[in-house]
Amino acid sequence: MAKVKKLIKTIKIDVDKCNGCRACELICSAFHATPKYSSNNPARSRIRLVREPIRDVYLPVYAGEYAKAECAGRDKYVIDGKEYTECDFCRASCPSRDFFKEPDSGLPLKCDMCEDDPPQEKPLCVQWCLNDALTYEVREEEVEEEEKPGDAETGLEAMVDKYGLQKVIDTVARLKQK
Amino acid sequence: MRYGETGFNLEIDLSRGSVEREATDSKLTELYLGGLGTNAKLLWDRVPPEIEPFSPDNLLIFAAGLLAGTPAPGANRTIISTISPQTLLMAYSMMGGFFASELKYAGYDKIIFRGKSPKLVYIWINNDKVEIRDAAHLKGKGAVETAELIKKELKDPNVQVAAIGLAGENRVYTASIEQGRSSSSRLGVGAVMGDKGIKAVVVRGTKDINLARPAEFYGLSKDILQYIKVRGDNPVPGVMTILQGLGSPQEMLHVDEKWHTENFSWGNARTRRKDFWNKEIEDRWKTVQEQARTRLVSCYNCPMKCGAIISLPGMSTYMMKCFSKLTYTMAAFVDDLDFGFRIAQRATEYGVDGFSTPQIMAFAFELREAGILTENDFAGCPTDNEGKFYWLLDRIVRREGIGDVLANGVYWAARQIGKGAEAFDHNTIKKHEQLPLKLGMLNPVYFLMYATGEKINITQIEGQFPQAPFPTMEERENFVKDWIQVPDDKFKQYLLGWEPRGDHSNPYYPTVDMSVDIVDWQEKMHYIDDALGVCAGLSSFPLKPPYHIHNYPQFISSGVGIDMDEGKLTQVYNRNRNLIRAVNVRRGLRRADEKPPEDHWRKRFPELEEQLLDAYYKFKGWDNQGIPTKKSLQGMDLGYVAEDLEQRGIIKNG
Repeated sequence: MAKVKKLIKTIKIDVDKCNGCRACELICSAFHATPKYSSNNPARSRIRLVREPIRDVYLPVYAGEYAKAECAGRDKYVIDGKEYTECDFCRASCPSRDFFKEPDSGLPLKCDMCEDDPPQEKPLCVQWCLNDALTYEVREEEVEEEEKPGDAETGLEAMVDKYGLQKVIDTVARLKQK
Repeated sequence: MRYGETGFNLEIDLSRGSVEREATDSKLTELYLGGLGTNAKLLWDRVPPEIEPFSPDNLLIFAAGLLAGTPAPGANRTIISTISPQTLLMAYSMMGGFFASELKYAGYDKIIFRGKSPKLVYIWINNDKVEIRDAAHLKGKGAVETAELIKKELKDPNVQVAAIGLAGENRVYTASIEQGRSSSSRLGVGAVMGDKGIKAVVVRGTKDINLARPAEFYGLSKDILQYIKVRGDNPVPGVMTILQGLGSPQEMLHVDEKWHTENFSWGNARTRRKDFWNKEIEDRWKTVQEQARTRLVSCYNCPMKCGAIISLPGMSTYMMKCFSKLTYTMAAFVDDLDFGFRIAQRATEYGVDGFSTPQIMAFAFELREAGILTENDFAGCPTDNEGKFYWLLDRIVRREGIGDVLANGVYWAARQIGKGAEAFDHNTIKKHEQLPLKLGMLNPVYFLMYATGEKINITQIEGQFPQAPFPTMEERENFVKDWIQVPDDKFKQYLLGWEPRGDHSNPYYPTVDMSVDIVDWQEKMHYIDDALGVCAGLSSFPLKPPYHIHNYPQFISSGVGIDMDEGKLTQVYNRNRNLIRAVNVRRGLRRADEKPPEDHWRKRFPELEEQLLDAYYKFKGWDNQGIPTKKSLQGMDLGYVAEDLEQRGIIKNG
């Protein structure tokens, strides 16, 4: 397969520099409101600060992919004497917890690097972090060219997810006979 | 739809166990903004002067500032108002942290408590669900400990907890309300909370705060952030380190304490330790502070780092800010800062004011030395300076033995003890302990602020006009060059003309009229901050702050949707200033109460001081007793206040 160049956008998270102010959460929720900045609510944010001051736990985590099912097991990490659960680091919007979901609809949220309209030079959370706990980097990488599925395939995949492969095959077969 | 605010208050009657969600009148927001302004309106309307602080009819109000929860950096203050058991006047004690924004996201601007719970409870506010829960298992627990236990109990680390410790439960007059890195410490608000039987108020919110003109408001907030960055990179030259930057004094960051330790008056606000700061102390304090401080932390939506997480071996972790680092150590005449961090941990768990409490303890040991208190009063007290302070702190918060009297603060304790103890009460104003500072020459601006401030705490009145003149004209010109915060260019002239010595120096310069102008400006910014819930550390307190009278109206217009300009905002300030004055005047405050401690300055000028008060009262539209006149009240839409004061015979002949 051919090699192609791809821009990798990275938010570098330096937890030692975090002062715990949650401006990242606030401004994320404001930027993604419609109209822009019209409402403010960290519960709608695509970044969450795991913040437990007394244990000195300050961990910004970004919303990633939606997960249909929760994990079978939950591991724990101890880093510099501080205990974290696997969940703390996890970016998924998943059935086992309320994070990274619209509070009203329960629909999953995902960080889009503030690429929507108008695209920002840097994600808003980075712009609002004067302490440089969050910094932004773009680098170029060569990657294998990916075969992109067509719209129909993506649509069918969703149907398969929901109804199972056999039901979809049966339905397509029935449609063909009409 | 309401913008900036939620438009709802929670009314909780603890005697009946009832909870109501009440819609508020948007007209009140236009007249008083929110936070302190609407708190004062509630206290005026619902707490007549006959109501004692510990009466079930006293209110305890937790208010989020009008802009809390919005992107305005540093808009995170909770304004707690009630009648103070210590001063018997209106108390408004504020805290930063994460409580105010959470309350707004839960859908409320204020929580208004009335009545008294028959048993200890905590209040659990989870959006629309509000519960009054039993707190028997939290009785006697520390304030930080309580917050951690509640988080575990509710299985939610994201709840925000404002709690009292043992001091509040025992109605100690210096009891605070603690909330993470922040606390509402002054004027005994924790004692009223304890009297009402509330161990903690817990809140979690996941709703929206809407803005009227969002893009404009966002732009203004971004400008503030950029200014903070630029201002951080450009400290003000020619003033001491602690005054160069923004935020509350950066006590957690800086380790050089030569100025505070040597220039303040320690113990019972009496003893200068002029050669205290030597190399050995400097090295030791630096090591101790750097080891104790795990991380510098901020309040909600603020890039500053005014607080710190403090962890020392053998004790549980807590958070500290500002000045408490010094107050216990220095009041106890201890040389090791390690003691300061350790006793402050215990004091934070007990929930006491780190300003007043060390002074009360030093006052008690002075009385023992003078033979007014006896060895019987101190039976069992260790002899070393550290041990003595721990011992007495324990007695005070438990109200045991002599601690019971001392728990009422210096003013009341002095009168209860008698036998000449009154003479040792030399550093209170309106019955409230003050900063331990004793100076030489009267400063007319500070005279007025100390005398007339309703908050009775200089750091909540002073602000952006330099505390001392710059020695050279070049420095002055340099300072005024980019002084965009002044409401009027005349303030630049006042500063340019201010000399360290000669005719144009203290006490006769700034002149009486200039002094009144300067105080009015500084007060104005504090009153606006306290209504909006913006931290004084980004506005009224430091030199050249990001928020000022020229950009505030835009924040209010675009955020809340009220058509605001500088003139109207000044009217709101005057209304709030006069309303709080009226609450206190109705409770008996008069000119005779308005005086700084007699020994605050060595050189006093009684005639000038009377002129200053006269001019200030006149400027405010008050009579010579400091009582607002009927005419001036009517001019501020406070006709109902004038009517009440007239009926009570407080306003006579208009």
